[in-house]
Amino acid sequence: MSRTASLPPGADAAILSPLPDRGGPRQPILIAEGLRKHFPIKTGLLSGPPTSVKAVDGISFEVAKGETLGVVGESGCGKSTAARLLIRLIDPDAGTVVFDGDPVGVTRGISIRELRRQLQMVFQDSYASLNPRLTIEDTITFGLKANGIGRAKAVAQARRVLDLVGMSADMFAQRYPHELSGGQRQRVNIARALALEPRVLILDESVSALDKSVEAQVLNLLRALKAQLNLTYIFISHDLNVVQHVSDRVLVMYLGKVVEVGPVEDLYSQPQHPYTQGLLSSRLSMNPRQRISRPPLTGDPPNPINPPSGCRFRTRCSIAEAVCGEREPALARVRPDSSHQTACHARNAGSGHSLSPPAA
Amino acid sequence: MQKIAVEIPTKTTQPLIDVRDLSVRFVSRDLDIRVVNGVSFSLEAGGALCILGESGSGKSVTLRALMRLLPPTAQLGGDIVIAGINVKSLPAQDLRSIRGRLISMIFQEPMTALDPVFTIGTQIAESVVFHDRVSYSAGRQRALELLELVQIPSAKRRLDAYPHELSGGLRQRAMIAMALACRPKVLLADEPTTALDATVQIQILLLMRELQRELGMATIIVTHDLGVACEVADDMAVMYAGRFVETGSSTDVMEKPRHPYTLGLLKSTVHGGMRGAELDPIPGAPPDLADLPPGCAFAPRCPKHEPQCDGQMPAMVEVSRAHYARCVRLNEPA
Ligand SMILES: Nc1ncnc2c1ncn2[C@@H]1O[C@H](COP(=O)(O)OP(=O)(O)OP(=O)(O)O)[C@@H](O)[C@H]1O
Ligand SMILES: Nc1ncnc2c1ncn2[C@@H]1O[C@H](COP(=O)(O)OP(=O)(O)OP(=O)(O)O)[C@@H](O)[C@H]1O
Ligand code: SF4
Ligand SMILES: [Mg+2]
Ligand SMILES: [Mg+2]
Repeated sequence: MSRTASLPPGADAAILSPLPDRGGPRQPILIAEGLRKHFPIKTGLLSGPPTSVKAVDGISFEVAKGETLGVVGESGCGKSTAARLLIRLIDPDAGTVVFDGDPVGVTRGISIRELRRQLQMVFQDSYASLNPRLTIEDTITFGLKANGIGRAKAVAQARRVLDLVGMSADMFAQRYPHELSGGQRQRVNIARALALEPRVLILDESVSALDKSVEAQVLNLLRALKAQLNLTYIFISHDLNVVQHVSDRVLVMYLGKVVEVGPVEDLYSQPQHPYTQGLLSSRLSMNPRQRISRPPLTGDPPNPINPPSGCRFRTRCSIAEAVCGEREPALARVRPDSSHQTACHARNAGSGHSLSPPAA
Repeated sequence: MQKIAVEIPTKTTQPLIDVRDLSVRFVSRDLDIRVVNGVSFSLEAGGALCILGESGSGKSVTLRALMRLLPPTAQLGGDIVIAGINVKSLPAQDLRSIRGRLISMIFQEPMTALDPVFTIGTQIAESVVFHDRVSYSAGRQRALELLELVQIPSAKRRLDAYPHELSGGLRQRAMIAMALACRPKVLLADEPTTALDATVQIQILLLMRELQRELGMATIIVTHDLGVACEVADDMAVMYAGRFVETGSSTDVMEKPRHPYTLGLLKSTVHGGMRGAELDPIPGAPPDLADLPPGCAFAPRCPKHEPQCDGQMPAMVEVSRAHYARCVRLNEPA
């Protein structure tokens, strides 16, 4: 792979038939409205009524064409579940997804099969998402053949995308997943997703297993692909520096809810929600002389089976007041003219919290 | 109950960990690759070493070699001596008695190490029962102490939790508790916080630092995250193509990197406030381990490359006190 953002020769030559932009540039490519997914938990006969993990509990957001939406939040807050709802690997309990103007999974909407050709996901667990019995080449050609591409063309495409992610096809195409390092496996997953030439790519912790140089290569590659093919990314990661680098907007989740969303500059320079503030001040310094001696936020996120009433963050929040346990804060604009939104009583006008700004 | 075959000495005069010229080669019908090619280091009790480096450079394999957790296709060379025990030549049936007691490992994904069908309490208690030859109730008591040690809130109640009932951070703590169950002298950690959000990550790192100080364990941590490395490690080793190419104190390596690969690695790291900028990765790809060049393995990608780099593998040179690098052009200005 070259060190600049330009693609290797031939990289932009689409092999598959190009996908049309149906809704036009102003139509968001994705709209999620009120998405909810609760996973039922098996309980023994004597251990009380059946219950569920409130993995995603009513989230709404939009993704514009050609933008990169970063998604951050604690481990287990529902990021991967939300992503799996978007590509319909699992069905939502409630809520809708609209892809480029077409509702997903309803009659006369876009079919799941068509959706998955246009929307690809790179899964978090690089090992579990590769079939141990397939070589790398077969792994990549599998999805292509399932989409009606002939063998020779599929193999050519597999070799091309392996090249794109910086893995020489001669060295790796015939290997099995267990013969690769963690970072190599993750790049195979990215290559497989790119092979179908989708319009939207969901990257779930896709660079966290990579070393920094390969990460930089992959991030440059994603940027170049985006510019040339007008791709849209949803970029889920725990690495706050990387999210800041790649994102146009950032969405912060906590325990199945969206607690803050906004343009990356605003959110990083003026985080509004106490969780976002704690998260950003937990970033490490990369300087051995400047170690952190006390965690900015203590405690663990509560159990998603039985989340706290009102604001779900209140058990760890240093400014929580009575109202925080009584009512759930709504996602509201930080300023009337801004697209930066947060769900916190202390920031929302007229909430009854003592820090709440006066109503405009 | 099985007899514990290996007695672990309490005091030795040598460094706690002494690894000399470790090599690992995978040989099977259709593969022959040299993955670790002469790694040497030593570490004292209470010390913390971080191994950084290229993906595929052999970091995880090195950790697994110390635990002898490699598949039968792996051929080990060199010496691994931990607390005076020659781990490398220990017969396979004795390995179980050093794992957990002498040396323990925590992984990036706790679900792979924890058994989903048993509660946390049962798993830790059983490990204690096996190694310490104590009763189950004593094992259970120790499990409770361990959950408290790793700062799991309402520890008593969590003894009866199944792994899937815990959040990512709690699960990672449970895995650390499990790894500490038999008071190992060495703790290995392979990307221990990559799966956690920053608020929980810093808690786990502070915990590891505290445990290492309190229990006097030696810790080896593998990570790609320079922030994590700086937060916990006293010393750093930078690995490339199966060899250490630079070692030294964390401050020396971060502030005065000398090997061109280390320089490239630091330059390609995404810092805060670089939004949208073109990143600067190291050009080219790592070498084919089945066909390593005779000279410096980094030569084909090195901006300072010159003919003498291709002759033979450069030796480790001390560039300043206790700071070493493996490069023939160290004496020239950067
Ligand atoms: N199939 C399932 N059955 C039951 N619970 C599930 C299932 N999948 C996810 N969960 C639970 O739902 C919650 C959200 O999980 P999810 O994987 O979406 O989190 P995440 O934000 O992606 O976390 P991470 O950062 O660790 O990847 C967690 O509590 C998880 O344990
Ligand atoms: N069982 C195996 N058989 C053959 N090759 C293997 C095996 N395990 C690992 N390898 C190879 O050994 C090399 C080193 O792997 P290792 O897992 O140590 O890399 P790593 O430095 O930990 O990389 P990463 O940062 O990506 O995790 C890689 O090239 C990998 O493909
Ligand atoms: S709503 Fe209340 S508890 Fe929640 S973050 Fe805001 S102040 Fe804290
Ligand atoms: Mg996830
Ligand atoms: Mg590894």
